Amino acid sequence: MNGNGYRKIGVYICHCGMNIASTVDPKKVAEYAMTLDSVAIARHYMFMCSDIGQELIENDIKELGLNRVVVASCSPRMHELTFRKVCERAGLNPYLFEMANIREQCSWVHSDSKLATEKAMALVRAAVRRVFFQEPLEARDTPVNPNALVIGGGIAGMQAALDIANAGYEVVLVERDTSLGGHAMQLSGTFPTLDRADCLISSKVEEVASHPMVKLHTYSEVEEVSGYVGNFTVKIRNKASFVDGQRCTVCMLCSDVCPVSVPSEFELGLAQRKAIYAPHSSAVPARLTVDSQACQHFEGDQCHACQEVCPTQAIDFSQKDTFIEEKVGAIIAAPGYDLLPRERISMYPDDPDIIDGLQFERILSYSGPTLGEIRRPSDGKVPKQIVFIQCVGSCDPEHGVPYCSRVCCMYVAKQALIYRQVVPEGQAYVFYTDIRSDAKGFEEFVQGVMAGGSVLYLRGGVSKVFRDGDKIKVWGVDTLVGQEIEISADLVVLALPMVPRPGTNELVRKLNIMSDKYGFLSEAHIKLRPVESLTAGIYLAGAAQWPRDLPDTIASASATAAKALTLISKGKVVLEATVASVDESYCLGCGRCEEICEFHAPKISKNGLPLPTASINEVLCKGCGACAVSCPTGAITIKHFTREEILAEVEALAGV
Amino acid sequence: MSDFEPKIVAFACNWCAYAAADLAGTSRMSYPPNVELIRVMCSGMVDPIYVLRAFEMGFDGVLIAGCHPGDCHYISGNLKAEERVQALQRLLHTLGLEDGRLRLEWCSTAEGEKFATTVTEFVAKLKELGPSPFRIREEAVA
Repeated sequence: MNGNGYRKIGVYICHCGMNIASTVDPKKVAEYAMTLDSVAIARHYMFMCSDIGQELIENDIKELGLNRVVVASCSPRMHELTFRKVCERAGLNPYLFEMANIREQCSWVHSDSKLATEKAMALVRAAVRRVFFQEPLEARDTPVNPNALVIGGGIAGMQAALDIANAGYEVVLVERDTSLGGHAMQLSGTFPTLDRADCLISSKVEEVASHPMVKLHTYSEVEEVSGYVGNFTVKIRNKASFVDGQRCTVCMLCSDVCPVSVPSEFELGLAQRKAIYAPHSSAVPARLTVDSQACQHFEGDQCHACQEVCPTQAIDFSQKDTFIEEKVGAIIAAPGYDLLPRERISMYPDDPDIIDGLQFERILSYSGPTLGEIRRPSDGKVPKQIVFIQCVGSCDPEHGVPYCSRVCCMYVAKQALIYRQVVPEGQAYVFYTDIRSDAKGFEEFVQGVMAGGSVLYLRGGVSKVFRDGDKIKVWGVDTLVGQEIEISADLVVLALPMVPRPGTNELVRKLNIMSDKYGFLSEAHIKLRPVESLTAGIYLAGAAQWPRDLPDTIASASATAAKALTLISKGKVVLEATVASVDESYCLGCGRCEEICEFHAPKISKNGLPLPTASINEVLCKGCGACAVSCPTGAITIKHFTREEILAEVEALAGV
Repeated sequence: MSDFEPKIVAFACNWCAYAAADLAGTSRMSYPPNVELIRVMCSGMVDPIYVLRAFEMGFDGVLIAGCHPGDCHYISGNLKAEERVQALQRLLHTLGLEDGRLRLEWCSTAEGEKFATTVTEFVAKLKELGPSPFRIREEAVA
């Protein structure tokens, strides 16, 4: 029935309620479709995707013996799969179906009813002509490695790893820093309950580090990723730490004698660390690392102070980076966030007492450089006047980023509240543009802080911030009372927006996934597939995708774990059937396809024929069509995107 | 020439420009109905023969829309498309088609607005250029 010539095409025009029907006349389009070659039936219906709509198609296929189906409705990105399944249920190969996009690309973007209806007719005509040439295709299976790679050992990566590991599947967790926990470990109390973040997070850290199903690679980077859904091969670089983790007892003697001090990354420059260091006292895994950039030994001065004092001979300057390869079924990318660099917002001078929100978290933290006492960086005095400025660089396309960073309204309220609890005689001011507090318990929390009277909220912007002797002068305006404000502050805290971590772009390239214009990881569909990347088998978790707080991050991470488990627990994955195929009788064996393919799918070999010809490894082929276009004799075609099919569309659209 | 409405066919990459066109729809943007899209898996899949056939069939403009450099779902399909478009443009010039009738645009999934603007500008440009010389010739023969 799918052989030459004989075609019986059914065409179904959807009203989508009034979404299509308010501009395009579905009845006219259906009447027009009836006049087209090989069309056996054309109908229009209120909602083709509804059960009744689907049954309509199913019955027609069975009763009228349709062997091709066209649905004109929304975008195929929305419902192609739905209608392919309808065909399948009725016994028709799903690749004998074609969709005409008359909603997103017609009724929603055009207002002239006559022109929109004509365009819908042209799109239906093209789909009918195209489907005429479509061939039945069979989807293929490939086995899946029953494990997952998680990139990032912050709260997102740890949660995803734990969910997968607790389901009984192995996880390879790669963290580029020397310890687990990410930014979450730097936080003080968490809103809205003021629970200590380091307590909350360190329980997760312990669980991950001791889990028998988690293979942990800290101080490591993903170097290369190849393969495809279910069958990724990942090359991991274990960076040389110059300390034998088995021997190191974290006695810290080495660190005590080390002559080199540099600003601590974990303390965000508010404290110093040595060249041989652990990032903080509860770092897991517990072992020290030599920072080869800072250590004098690597600058040729032969300093061995740490080596000499180490009681377990754990320090080994000859260590080199090592590489290992892992084969995994699924990948979860959770590389995390950073704050927008201060330098990007030029109106705030470089001053030790003008700090960002994350630095203030360290000052508030009991494990921070001031052990929870609130002291300002410049002279260690307790600040009596403190100014918080919200939306510094966020919701600000001119100077920073146009988006809302989502967490700042909440953490500023929390920081101001904790400050007032610790320094009851102090005064806290918050300059804000809008308060966004849209999650469980959030609005009540902010209102509580605002109404408590201990923190003064000023609605308005800041025009100038500058050093004036011992003080930082803040000039601003309270737009609610229409008054200019001048505050002599001891400390200014800037709520800078979350941005993707540096290096995210590189990871995007290695994984062959997408990022948006800000560099955040792009989901496959912003509404319907928020957890998946566009590359099958790779999922996105945490604040690398969009600014997120802890509960949102954990929810997104658990969602990726569920997705990854769905893939790896099945044992096999169905691959797209739309791949390249070679007609050997036309192939010259010239090898251009082999050269142009990024995925090493075509191979020139004799294949038992007298002369060498190309053959396609269908598992590696992604169906991009590069080889087909480069083939000088047209021997290669992409199934479901053949020249015949596309030229039929071109001609039909032209009205020929 | 004021009532001339150019016809455009657009080859849109499934991963970016096609999605951007969908986004223009879901965001209820507006652009002239002179364009019809053909979904391809990659701009690098667009065979020069498709472009030539489109002009032969009387289209006044052809748009190829792919992912931004570095964003190709297939690593470098868009760059291959760019090379081919440059070669095609020289060929079309030789055949007597004005520059600007074949257009290549990068358009990410998020750029619904860019897609709408591109189409609007392209229609305006083609109105300036008038009907394709191929079309005029055919009509004269007919």
